[in-house]
Amino acid sequence: MKIVVGQGSCGLAAGAGKVYDAIKQNIKQNDSIELKVTGCIGMCYLEPIVDIYDNGELKARLVKVDAKDAERIVSAVRENELNQLDDIKITADDEGFLNQQTRIALRNCGIIDPTDINDYIANGGYGALKKALKEMNPESVIEEIKISGLAGRGGAGFPTWFKWDAARKSKGETKYLICNADEGDPGAFMDRAVIESDPHNLIEGMLIAAYAIGAGEAIVYVRAEYPLAIVRLEEAMKQAREAGLLGKNIMGSSFSCEMRIKAGAGAFVCGEETALIESLEGKRGMPRLKPPFPAECGYNDKPSNINNVETFANVAWIITNGGEKFAAMGTENSKGTKVFALTGKIKRGGLVEIPMGETLRNVIFNIGGGIRGDAKVKAVQMGGPSGGCIPESLLDTVIDYKALSATGAIMGSGGMVVMDTSTCMVGMAKFFLDFTAKESCGKCVHCRIGTKRMLEILSRIVSGKGKEGDIELLEELCYAIKDGALCGLGQTAPNPVLTTIRYFKDEYIKHINEKKCPAKECAELLTYTIDEASCKGCGLCAKKCPAKAITGEIKKPFEIDPEKCIRCGQCKIACRFGAVRVE
Amino acid sequence: MCECHEKSDLSLIEETLNKYQDVSGSLITILQHAQDIYGYLPTDVIYHIAKRTNSTPANVMGVATFYTQFRLKPVGKYLILLCKGTACHVNGADRILGSLCEELKIKDGETTEDGLFSIKSVACLGCCSLSPVMMIGDETYGSLTPEKAIGIINELKAKEAAK
Repeated sequence: MKIVVGQGSCGLAAGAGKVYDAIKQNIKQNDSIELKVTGCIGMCYLEPIVDIYDNGELKARLVKVDAKDAERIVSAVRENELNQLDDIKITADDEGFLNQQTRIALRNCGIIDPTDINDYIANGGYGALKKALKEMNPESVIEEIKISGLAGRGGAGFPTWFKWDAARKSKGETKYLICNADEGDPGAFMDRAVIESDPHNLIEGMLIAAYAIGAGEAIVYVRAEYPLAIVRLEEAMKQAREAGLLGKNIMGSSFSCEMRIKAGAGAFVCGEETALIESLEGKRGMPRLKPPFPAECGYNDKPSNINNVETFANVAWIITNGGEKFAAMGTENSKGTKVFALTGKIKRGGLVEIPMGETLRNVIFNIGGGIRGDAKVKAVQMGGPSGGCIPESLLDTVIDYKALSATGAIMGSGGMVVMDTSTCMVGMAKFFLDFTAKESCGKCVHCRIGTKRMLEILSRIVSGKGKEGDIELLEELCYAIKDGALCGLGQTAPNPVLTTIRYFKDEYIKHINEKKCPAKECAELLTYTIDEASCKGCGLCAKKCPAKAITGEIKKPFEIDPEKCIRCGQCKIACRFGAVRVE
Repeated sequence: MCECHEKSDLSLIEETLNKYQDVSGSLITILQHAQDIYGYLPTDVIYHIAKRTNSTPANVMGVATFYTQFRLKPVGKYLILLCKGTACHVNGADRILGSLCEELKIKDGETTEDGLFSIKSVACLGCCSLSPVMMIGDETYGSLTPEKAIGIINELKAKEAAK
């Protein structure tokens, strides 16, 4: 029997490390129980997760495991009495979260041991690389990717084969292959999960790409905020090197490729490929003018090809199974599957991989289980600061590059943040502008000044100082920034504002004209009062109030002084009788 | 020459400089090592790195101030990284930040007088399904409420007081 503990970042944050240690302590020397780790299965809401296998077959999946459960888990496994663990087994309903997915990029995540190359090889790993090196030439690899219809999963959706082909055809002996793992979108963690849970899949995909374009050096640019991903990838690269899968004459062929990791230092704009190249060169990560494109003149002014982690994670599968099988999934112009990080006010948050063409509604309600507390869904935010908010009325939109762009949002890298009626959409727009204004590199005027001006306008609207004409001014700025900005960051920064104005204009108007926040989120527009009939006069609110704005006599209704009230909401949290009203 | 008052032990960075000073494109790596060693980037160290990499202090400072990872001031013993990613925002990260600031009597980006705690809000820690999230050292704390966050701080305070 084998006990496997999921140890992705989410799992570890939920306590998987302690669970692992406790299980280890309970296993006795003469037990024939093997203890292994795995990465992230994507059901983050159920972490820590422990799987029990017998002869390679999953016998039980235990969820929300506590270190205190370790003793009985080990004893149940020892006695082969897994029914003793029924109370912590995953429910059939929760199994639906996984059963409704089609996993290609995530196919090994949460199943194999990411720290053991043999586990990856036993699951067919490095077979695609072997096939490419022994049976295919670089052109036929590119052709296969072309047939698959694989498009850049970082957000822009540019055809992958086209970039590879351009880099291959560029003149020059030295070429570079770069993996963009600078996953900076707040609300997205697909790439982190792939690297932590299946690092060899990334390495294999990158090697196939390097072979196709003729690159002798590959670099993975990883966010510094992902320490575990860096450790796992480093370990995987070491194992691959020792196995002759990385370095000189890979698998005895004439193809050689070195690989290294570069840790980023925290700058969202470095997700833009030319900014990433600048950063790799040790400079401020500011985008370059295109053309020339990186395929001609990239890192160290040599031809370079950059793809995102998820794009590479699909490559080995495509080479093994054929491009046609990949293209058979999805829609007319979006092929294959896409991974989403489903978060926000959702019941079942985690990683979801589904074929293109499914509806947003299906993802949110069938896979995600709907909204926490069964509240009403208001919108879903896709594509992070570059994307937009899609309202409830458009949830039947299918996941497809064109269809999503038509709503004003974008496919993006895969962040899908679900919001209910308690989220203020003007506040949401301000949140993203605050982010882009801070992350703007400052190179072009439109982005540097434009995002700042937009943030100022949004800030005054949410604080009740909005003016007639602010919405029109925002729109004008949006289009000017879209047209004038140098790189993708600036060109897409207005999207959250444009989509919220398009679908939630009434909220903007209420903020500006009536100085009210319909979602009751913008603190400065709220009025706190105590309902006399419900107040029991216990005085707890007065004790909790940091501004000493609440006064009254015990056993008589208390009162809030609106002049002193700082609208922190402490009284509402403290009151056990629901007597604090917010308008 | 650096005219600041900081007097850092420059020998500590020697090994890193010997390894990377002639490798082009290594400035960010050198700065990351320097921050690991000193806890932040002291001005005299920045001047020293500039000299050794045949660069200028302005250029090194330019890179150091561009990336959010780098700090020009020392931080407290416990650096609280409070996630303000989208998922954390939707689930109330602002309230957590507010209560932490109130509890420690500092603002975002500041350090307590006793040098124990610093608070820094960060873009996204990538643990969105446990939002709201904060990280102290290597430990990640998820599903926070203002009470839970303050409880964690008080535990650390008690741990320090016991020493």
